[in-house]
Amino acid sequence: MLAYTVRRLLQFIPTIIGISLIMFCLLNVLPGNAALMAGGKRELSPELIEKMKKDWGLDKPLYVRYLIYMKDLAHGDLGQSFLRQEKVNDLLASRIWPTLRLAVSAMVIALTIGIPLGFFSALRQGTWGDSASMIVAVSGVAMPQFWLGLLLMLLFSAKMNWFPTSGYGDGDFIHLVLPAITLGLGSMALLARTTRAAVLEVLEEDFIRTARSKGLSRFLINRRHVFQNTLVLILTTAGLQFGSLIGQTVIVEKLFSWPGLGSLLVDSIFLRDIPVVQGGILMIILAFLIVNLVVDLLYCVIDPRIKYQ
Amino acid sequence: MNHDDVLLNVRGLKTYFYTLDGIAKAVDGMSFYLDKGETLAIVGESGCGKSITALSIMGLVPQPAGKIVNGKIYLNNDDILEYPESKMQDIRGDKIAMIFQEPMTSLNPLMTVGSQISEMILRHRRVTKKESWERSVSMLEKVQIPSPGRRAKDYPHQLSGGMRQRVMIAIALSCNPQILIADEPTTALDVTIQAQILDLMLRLKQDYETSILMITHDLGVVAEVAQRIIVMYAGKIIEEGNVFSIFENPRHPYTKALLKSIPKFGNRTEHGREPLQEITGIVPNLYKLGSGCSFCPRCKEAMDICKIKDVGLTDLGNGHRVRCLLCKSKREE
Ligand SMILES: Nc1ncnc2c1ncn2[C@@H]1O[C@H](COP(=O)(O)OP(=O)(O)O)[C@@H](O)[C@H]1O
Ligand SMILES: [Mg+2]
Repeated sequence: MLAYTVRRLLQFIPTIIGISLIMFCLLNVLPGNAALMAGGKRELSPELIEKMKKDWGLDKPLYVRYLIYMKDLAHGDLGQSFLRQEKVNDLLASRIWPTLRLAVSAMVIALTIGIPLGFFSALRQGTWGDSASMIVAVSGVAMPQFWLGLLLMLLFSAKMNWFPTSGYGDGDFIHLVLPAITLGLGSMALLARTTRAAVLEVLEEDFIRTARSKGLSRFLINRRHVFQNTLVLILTTAGLQFGSLIGQTVIVEKLFSWPGLGSLLVDSIFLRDIPVVQGGILMIILAFLIVNLVVDLLYCVIDPRIKYQ
Repeated sequence: MNHDDVLLNVRGLKTYFYTLDGIAKAVDGMSFYLDKGETLAIVGESGCGKSITALSIMGLVPQPAGKIVNGKIYLNNDDILEYPESKMQDIRGDKIAMIFQEPMTSLNPLMTVGSQISEMILRHRRVTKKESWERSVSMLEKVQIPSPGRRAKDYPHQLSGGMRQRVMIAIALSCNPQILIADEPTTALDVTIQAQILDLMLRLKQDYETSILMITHDLGVVAEVAQRIIVMYAGKIIEEGNVFSIFENPRHPYTKALLKSIPKFGNRTEHGREPLQEITGIVPNLYKLGSGCSFCPRCKEAMDICKIKDVGLTDLGNGHRVRCLLCKSKREE
């Protein structure tokens, strides 16, 4: 399994090279550039713009810029922000922790509520409890995040005054609650639905009939036979959800002025601060790849049929 | 049934399925008994209600569509249909155990086979975990799995179909049940493995003094293992008797046809190329059964009256019973 892990990690390299190429091309054909954006509403003199372009290396041809970028990347250097006087590495480093905190909290909400809710629904299939939880789950999946976030803000911050409207505070818990719920609710709903379907599928399996023919109680069967087999079925979905949560932080962070990777990314896109955008997207993709790897390794742990060499 | 040896006595069992297509009378008034130490075979084509009969006895009729609507099932003179679920759980595995048709899917893929045996022992016997594991290993030895100590730690996917069915037998016999229900235990296996498994079951039956309810669609299997045969068709018994009288003197046209469809060893060399006889027509749709004999549309000897008149079982003496107007009229003449 160690050899497998190492091999998978090595495979990250070509993946990242491929993606960085696509990203580089796309970002550099975007209309507008940082020099134009830097002036905001003011008209900058053509000379100044040319000077800025030269400073940032934007006057060189595209392929030269790519080669320079790749050479720096190979050294782990993501370059210099156009508009902030900081290295991209430092900028990202300071933003990763808030994003990770937000995404992990959202995932914890999704897992600890979604999975039990799905179980509850499946075991009470067809009752009003089942219907009620699935209605909640469907609305959760269907609700756009920015709308849900605004709604929560309006209700729990503006009206009830329980939580701060936005911001990071000093990294305290109270600031985390609303953004984490906003981010996690969709995944929670999706996990609940997936879990419900998975449980119903497992309950139809022949080995459940075998377990019942042994005289085991329903409780024991659910705990010992249904649960583990359900996990195998929902692990992929859970992993994908965590990956997409990291992507969705872009919206939620912007909405709640959360100083994470997502809001940095959005700001930098609007300002055409290309090195920061490239670095941020690479980070998110790396997170995706790592989550995928962890899911595959987890499979190996819970399912004896899966062996990697 | 006025002898003392009756272990299981099923009276007028009706198990119906209520679905969107209508009502399927999967088991429609079955009455039979199983003696101590006896092997009784239930034979019939696929879909005639054999498995549902077995599951009804186990109290495991598929929910929510399936329902036992009528009948009594006496185990040692106690009607187990009256039992609450908790009491049924005590019976399952301990008094009545079951082996299923699908060895590939009947074991939990995420648990070692050893723990799947020991969980049964732990459920019904007061033993420690360690003792239950040792007993599991010795059960694996009894079903002739090589190096049982190591195999107990294997997961089902590491075993072949035949080996998995041996594990199922080990599970079923681990609490020394009075009744073993074997639902087509060899159907899914290769022919050579089939013989080994049947052999094993017969030997263990002697050791454990277990009565067997053997369900099969293969009359060839029956001849080797059973003392008595029940031939089932569309949820009903259509002929019943001891192996000798069924094989030598089948009375129902369906039983006759079934017997003709068994390939007889050596027949081909003796008589040249004699084609195997198949029963023409299709298995009846349980949702569309009308009145009259359900076999009538496929019956070579059918009379006009067969289409409309329901017919009961006629006792031919010596435990041989048949549901056919042909036999009824002959007796009444
Ligand atoms: N889960 C189910 N839902 C609806 N109908 C069923 C179900 N299981 C069995 N049946 C009905 O019961 C009949 C008998 O099934 P079964 O006892 O499994 O046949 P077999 O003799 O092949 O074991 C089937 O033909 C089908 O119509
Ligand atoms: Mg069957």
